[in-house]
Amino acid sequence: MSRIQTTFDKLKQQQRKALIPFITAGDPSLQLTVPLMHGLVAAGANVLELGVPFSDPMADGPVIQRASERALKLGMSLRGVLTMVAEFRKQDSNTPVVLMGYGNPIEAMGWEIFAQRCEEVGVDGVLTVDFPPEESHEAFEHLQRHNIAPIFLLAPTTNEARIEQVAKLARGYVYYVSLKGVTGAGNLDLSAIEQKLPQLRKHIKLPIGVGFGIRDAATARAVSKLCDGVVVGSRIVQEIENSNEKNVVANVGKLVKELRVAIDQ
Amino acid sequence: MYNYPDSTGHFGQYGGIYMAETLIPAVEELRQQYLHFRDDPEFKAEFAYELKHYVGRPSPVYHAKRLSESLGGAQIYLKREDLNHTGAHKINNAIGQALLAKRMGKKRVIAETGAGMHGVATATVAARYGMECVVYMGAEDIQRQAPNVFRMKLLGATVVPVESGSKTLKDACNEAIRDWVTNVESTFYIFGTAAGPHPYPMMVRDFQCVIGNEAKVQMPEMIGRQPDAVIACVGGGSNAIGLFYPYIEETGVQIIGVEAGGHGIASGQHAAPLTANAKVGVLHGNKVYLMQDENGQIIETHSISAGLDYPGVGPEHCLLKDMGRAQYVSIDDDEALAAFDALCRFEGIIPALESSHALAHAMKIAPTLSKDKVLLVNLSGRGDKDMNTVARIKGITL
Repeated sequence: MSRIQTTFDKLKQQQRKALIPFITAGDPSLQLTVPLMHGLVAAGANVLELGVPFSDPMADGPVIQRASERALKLGMSLRGVLTMVAEFRKQDSNTPVVLMGYGNPIEAMGWEIFAQRCEEVGVDGVLTVDFPPEESHEAFEHLQRHNIAPIFLLAPTTNEARIEQVAKLARGYVYYVSLKGVTGAGNLDLSAIEQKLPQLRKHIKLPIGVGFGIRDAATARAVSKLCDGVVVGSRIVQEIENSNEKNVVANVGKLVKELRVAIDQ
Repeated sequence: MYNYPDSTGHFGQYGGIYMAETLIPAVEELRQQYLHFRDDPEFKAEFAYELKHYVGRPSPVYHAKRLSESLGGAQIYLKREDLNHTGAHKINNAIGQALLAKRMGKKRVIAETGAGMHGVATATVAARYGMECVVYMGAEDIQRQAPNVFRMKLLGATVVPVESGSKTLKDACNEAIRDWVTNVESTFYIFGTAAGPHPYPMMVRDFQCVIGNEAKVQMPEMIGRQPDAVIACVGGGSNAIGLFYPYIEETGVQIIGVEAGGHGIASGQHAAPLTANAKVGVLHGNKVYLMQDENGQIIETHSISAGLDYPGVGPEHCLLKDMGRAQYVSIDDDEALAAFDALCRFEGIIPALESSHALAHAMKIAPTLSKDKVLLVNLSGRGDKDMNTVARIKGITL
């Protein structure tokens, strides 16, 4: 059984929801990413989304844009991200790691080499923001061959036919984008999420994580009641931005602990 | 028979709909609406009416006799898109998309712009049809193209400076996409070039094809036959595909796209993905030849002309290159400036720096050809917007 499935099954038995933090690999420094990942797990994260920085992050708001710029300036690359996951796996063989980013760095490396490397270093899932199901045939084939889950996005604008299409392709979990907008936007509408989820559940048998716009313990808690996992990205990346190299792991850990407590309440 | 894109929006391996899920239903709706209205007689009639009475089409073809004589070879003819209302070919597409937006009930339009011509065209049609208009423009381009920024504001548009990345056209695209994903239900994205997710490359081409369709009638009227070559500058490539597309199956006509060579291909500081044989990649919704580093990060481009300063290119040009049907070459900043000067002095026409690239290539090959050969250059825009840039290069303060 995959690490993602094991994780969600275990949480379900405990009647708990997954906490899925996102950080950008290489931000605030190349050395701090792996300690941050361990810190997130220690604070109560169940799945880690590790952002692969891209020069043109079209789906991201200013906070994650700046994180990508910082990481790229330090020389972060897809190869480097894979090495970080290998390093992380030396001490943690249970927590699922999902790479999240845009397709071009993977295209440049080649999907087969990428998928093979993911398997080698212990990546569990890959979410390519700008590769919808229609353009994911090649990616899907290579990821499947190497037991990497293709994670797909669903959005408030997604109609039923597309939900069915994604249901067929998705593995691991499905990421529901809670709002029309970029990451970190401030227009989260809980009742809209609540209304949409039954339509998703009708076709999606995998766990559903909800993200975009979850900014504090209260919203994390409210959203967690509606789904199987809560994804928190910009808020954590902002905490990284506001910290220094000495206190960043502690500050992020404190924030994630608060989120954990709120979700478990 | 040449028939692209296919039903999934691909031109061979190029094109596609590489967008975040939130926008996929929007591009699908756009595709359906466009396919419907494309063949609607009332839509076609209104588009034709606007092109004739508002834009001033057909744009003339002009024989640049003195320039040709000075070169001593092939005859250079100019398709005068610079004479269109708003001063460039961009208005053709902006009207087409605005008429579609109107029919789709969208009251707000957004656009990206590089040189500002597409921004001006979009601001113009938004005023014409009573729509709210927001234009995203790189902060560096705002410096380079100040007069166009003022024009957009006069026309009632909001111009948003984009400070991220290289602060040029690609970053303006990113920001417009972010706006679209946030306001997808109220907003129509008037995309300026024949690139982006399907159906944009096809739709923009179709709206711009009026250029080539007119030329195919005008050239026989003027010289009794089609030209030996059609030449146009290629950034994203909308003016070029508008001229080229109707000539694709005219196999006797050579097709030449001219990219921005910047400081020269060898310098790496250019905006010529096709000429430089850049690696194929994915950006802004489509798979195309794309300037990138070995890690797949998009690299900063350079061109004297803001409208060509873009790391990608439309998917149909990628296919035409691979098929060998079109040839792609580059012209560097200095060559473009020399052509700019030459057209001013020999013909009394001030061309846009973008169009100067196409002209420069024609001037380069004309002397190697006999006097009975004819080169048709798309003079895609006028150069008024480039006064500051050219003055600065000449060391003159306006």
